[in-house]
Amino acid sequence: MLNYIWFGMILIAVVVGTITGNIDAVTAAAIDMAKTAVTISIGLIGIMALWLGVMKIAEDSGLIRIIARAIKPITIRLFPDVPPDHPAMGSIVLNMAANILGLGNAATPLGLKAMEELQELNPEKDTATNAMCTFLAINTSSVQLILPATVVGLMGVVANQIFITTIIATGFSTIAAIVAVKSLEKMKRFAITGDTEDD
Amino acid sequence: MIETIVSAINEGAKYVIPLLLVGIPFYGLVVKKVKVYESFVEGAKDGFTIAVRIIPYLVAILVAIGMFRASGALDLMLTFLTPVLHLIGFPPENLPLAIMRPLSGSGSLGLLTDLVNEYGPDSLFAKIGATMFGSTETTFYVLAVYFGSVGIKKSRHALIAGLIADAVGIFSAVYIWSPVVLTFRRTLLSSDIQ
Repeated sequence: MLNYIWFGMILIAVVVGTITGNIDAVTAAAIDMAKTAVTISIGLIGIMALWLGVMKIAEDSGLIRIIARAIKPITIRLFPDVPPDHPAMGSIVLNMAANILGLGNAATPLGLKAMEELQELNPEKDTATNAMCTFLAINTSSVQLILPATVVGLMGVVANQIFITTIIATGFSTIAAIVAVKSLEKMKRFAITGDTEDD
Repeated sequence: MIETIVSAINEGAKYVIPLLLVGIPFYGLVVKKVKVYESFVEGAKDGFTIAVRIIPYLVAILVAIGMFRASGALDLMLTFLTPVLHLIGFPPENLPLAIMRPLSGSGSLGLLTDLVNEYGPDSLFAKIGATMFGSTETTFYVLAVYFGSVGIKKSRHALIAGLIADAVGIFSAVYIWSPVVLTFRRTLLSSDIQ
């Protein structure tokens, strides 16, 4: 899937760029974005270190386990393959809490911590598990209660009108994410093959 | 009423990070006698390796997206899609944002800024746009970063599910602000929304 989309975007870019005469811009964008990717990753180091450090304290003091246990009724349904008391559950819950509160900076490190813990349970290290896909889909559906500061800044007083509509739209997209991921994971097309064939 | 709730939530949100930063070490040190400084440093070590591990995945995704954006393919898609969108009541003004949203956070924020500057924050286009922005995520970026951090190359159904969620969020944003729903909401909450 990603293989075709990835190549498709590059192919379309080169073909359209040639027709529209934007080919120089296409080249420049490729080089620019390669640099941007590194800048973003390097910029993550400090924030990652901060939150992973705090998370380690939470883990060593047993806080993660307590959180994981508290929200068990929901998580065992969403992630049936993950043992309910596994630390991954705690990280997943904290990541979602950070997303709901609009704490983007904290959400990413917590999410990556959750991925790392889910990977421990993964027998095929280069293939995503059902739990990983569910976690990712819920994440990309943007579970959010508090509007991003950028939107509030842009919209001014009107932001108050956006507040409820955003929660409703987010609710719909999150439900869609869960339904989609749960129905797709059963499809043969997306089965874990174990060989080198990709989706 | 809604204004008060919103400002109270935004006010409270300021304290979430400070509270976590003091609360978690407090619980560790005072309640559980954990060596918090040593634990922190131990955990923080992974920050570097994870950030570096993401680089190849992020380069792959961002380069493809950057090329796609720069080529003008987005404008071409607009020309083809506009007539179709009219049929289903989707405002063409909001289409660039809808397409850009899963691809690029900064790109879609730029498009939202354009909408607000062009039509004003009180316009329907800006309201739909802001709702779209808040209810969807940059799916490609999240996929690259999250899966990249643990070396997952085969993403299976994650991308499709994420894009379905984005599409539902985007269409919800449009139809929540459609005239029919708007009238219905006004009668329900006449004092709150307006």
